[in-house]
Amino acid sequence: MSSQAELDKVIRSEYEAGFTTLVESDTLPPGLNEDIIRVISAKKEEPEWMLEWRLEAYRHWQEMPEPGWAHLNYPPVDYNSISYYSAPKSMEDRPQSLDEVDPELLETYKKLGIPLHEQEMLAGVAVDMVFDSVSVATTFKAKLAEAGVIFCSISEAIREHPELVRKYLGTVVPKGDNFFAGLNSAVFTDGSFVYIPKGVRCPMELSTYFRINEANTGQFERTLIIADEGSYVSYLEGCTAPQRDENQLHAAVVELVALPGAEIKYSTVQNWYPGDENGKGGIFNFVTKRGVAHDNAKISWTQVETGSAITWKYPSVVLRGDNSVGEFYSVALTRHAQQADTGTKMIHLGKNTKSTIVSKGISAGRSNNSYRGLVRMGPRAENARNFTQCDSLLLGDTCGAHTFPYIESKHPSATIEHEATTSKVSDDQLFLCRQRGIDPEKAISMIVNGFCKEVFKELPMEFAVEAGKLLEVSLEGAVG
Amino acid sequence: MLEIRDLHAAVGGKAILKGLNLTVKPGEVHAIMGPNGSGKSTLANVLAGRDNYEITGGEALFEGKSLADLEPEERAQLGLFLAFQYPVEIPGVSNMEFLKAALEATRKAQGKEEWDSVTLLRKAREACKQVNLDAQFLKRGVNEGFSGGEKKRNEIMQMLLMEPKLALLDETDSGLDIDALQTVARGVNSLRGPERGIVLVTHYQRLLDYIVPDHVHVLSNGRIIKSGGKELALELEDKGYGWLTGEEGESA
Repeated sequence: MSSQAELDKVIRSEYEAGFTTLVESDTLPPGLNEDIIRVISAKKEEPEWMLEWRLEAYRHWQEMPEPGWAHLNYPPVDYNSISYYSAPKSMEDRPQSLDEVDPELLETYKKLGIPLHEQEMLAGVAVDMVFDSVSVATTFKAKLAEAGVIFCSISEAIREHPELVRKYLGTVVPKGDNFFAGLNSAVFTDGSFVYIPKGVRCPMELSTYFRINEANTGQFERTLIIADEGSYVSYLEGCTAPQRDENQLHAAVVELVALPGAEIKYSTVQNWYPGDENGKGGIFNFVTKRGVAHDNAKISWTQVETGSAITWKYPSVVLRGDNSVGEFYSVALTRHAQQADTGTKMIHLGKNTKSTIVSKGISAGRSNNSYRGLVRMGPRAENARNFTQCDSLLLGDTCGAHTFPYIESKHPSATIEHEATTSKVSDDQLFLCRQRGIDPEKAISMIVNGFCKEVFKELPMEFAVEAGKLLEVSLEGAVG
Repeated sequence: MLEIRDLHAAVGGKAILKGLNLTVKPGEVHAIMGPNGSGKSTLANVLAGRDNYEITGGEALFEGKSLADLEPEERAQLGLFLAFQYPVEIPGVSNMEFLKAALEATRKAQGKEEWDSVTLLRKAREACKQVNLDAQFLKRGVNEGFSGGEKKRNEIMQMLLMEPKLALLDETDSGLDIDALQTVARGVNSLRGPERGIVLVTHYQRLLDYIVPDHVHVLSNGRIIKSGGKELALELEDKGYGWLTGEEGESA
């Protein structure tokens, strides 16, 4: 069999999380106007200031053009055909413990490989799950509360911790930041909120699984993480969505605030439904993620992106404080007709700021994979340093890899290094593996995993294993 | 164990092997020599099943099975090993990880007992020692940043661990200094045994000072034009290939 045929075979694997859960839902009719926003706000029992904030965002959003600069090609989204709120009905009376959670929902999570009850017993990952728009269950709250850590849904935080939310919401990603962030600000339904008090090292990894279930439902989650002075938190985010023929919209906003001396490590494994071989269906993923690092603070983004029909995502760090550090480690895999335009922005404002960018793009099938990254050294950024490494790997010869680096330096003492490579899984590498008895599927997944090693080693242990498996599933044909 | 009859093969459509006959029995060491472009490496690659190396006529049987019907990994699982002339790098995949995958696949197919990771590590360290490679090389990416000599020794290290029935060595001596050549030869010699066949493809006689073959064949223009014992190699050392191929200017 020729290498091309081998590749075709292994990249044509099935989407593993493609099942739909039958739960009765409370879903708003499609369409977007001020009344819809009022209903969302009312359903979430929000205070008046929150509703005003949403309405301002909505009014501003209406004036904004949809960005067209990305290397992406997709049909226009009809924002009036989307339903902006969906909650599983059995959630009307919020469950007080896991035992009260709809067993079908729990079954869904089991299929996704998140056995909650087991997780409770196993060493410390607290999971705040977002099922469509409402948080289903939050575990480990007690232990976190002991450390003074607040980890809850953003809706709960708006009700219970309004002073923190008001102080920081929209300070990193303003509501008028960009088209998709504007839309999110108007209609966001849920998401996570984290606050780590001064000097506290969060006693466990915090983790959220988001899942879009209801057909024709946009998911607009909003996450806000505040690490107070000298604190540390590692946050994990995993995403999957059921398989549907129509496209679904996902426009999330994540804001990170690392106060002086704090460190936030944010890891994502994204496996939204990518659409079928011919590009039918799949998630449109338009995400704004940004963090602000104050003096001596550090923000590290690690992402493994294998899903979504369209990915538009640039987790960024504003290095506002002196000696602050920003990192971006990314693996983006596209196959079939997937399109990804992803990268980062490192905005150096403070002195002696340092950023590292390691991006690994893997393209297969007829997909297009673009890295887009901005490194900006501001006029005060004395001795600022950036290192960027940007590698692309092509599987077969019908896919595309593109690199769009932007570099702006307004300080003469700044150092910027950029390295970029493009390579193919060579016939020679494949032949060496096969000559040693290794079947081609295993060989390709091994070679691709090797290519991603620098990024995987940045992931927390359990996620690194998951990411490796995900790549394997995305690449291997029959293995399930 | 290896039976090649009237083998014709083409590389990317160009005929290279034109009626080659060769029989290798268990326990034998054969050297295939010949001028550049005579088809030596083609033979090794055809037997191992590289893409674009096509059998166009005749047959090659390994353990009674037609190689043409087998995928490269199936040939390897049957016990056919090729030590590459130009070992390729696989960045980020550690030697150890690679060996584990290879040994799992082949030992299982051969009905051999599987090695647990402790046994594998011990065996791998021993093999490294045999070819004078620091055990640190097990942690590094396959051939990643290795020198030419280290790559060749890495091939032999893999061969020692995989214990193939038939080992094909494609110009393993090229680019080696005399110390490395002796190390490699010691490794190969340690594998010699009544159950195992070894085919050395080489341009030069000097490897055969250290690995003494039972049979020497001269390949020219896709055919074996002369076969003999180890003394044939010495004769070639003296006279070059010209007196056999009828061409001027060829010398070893």
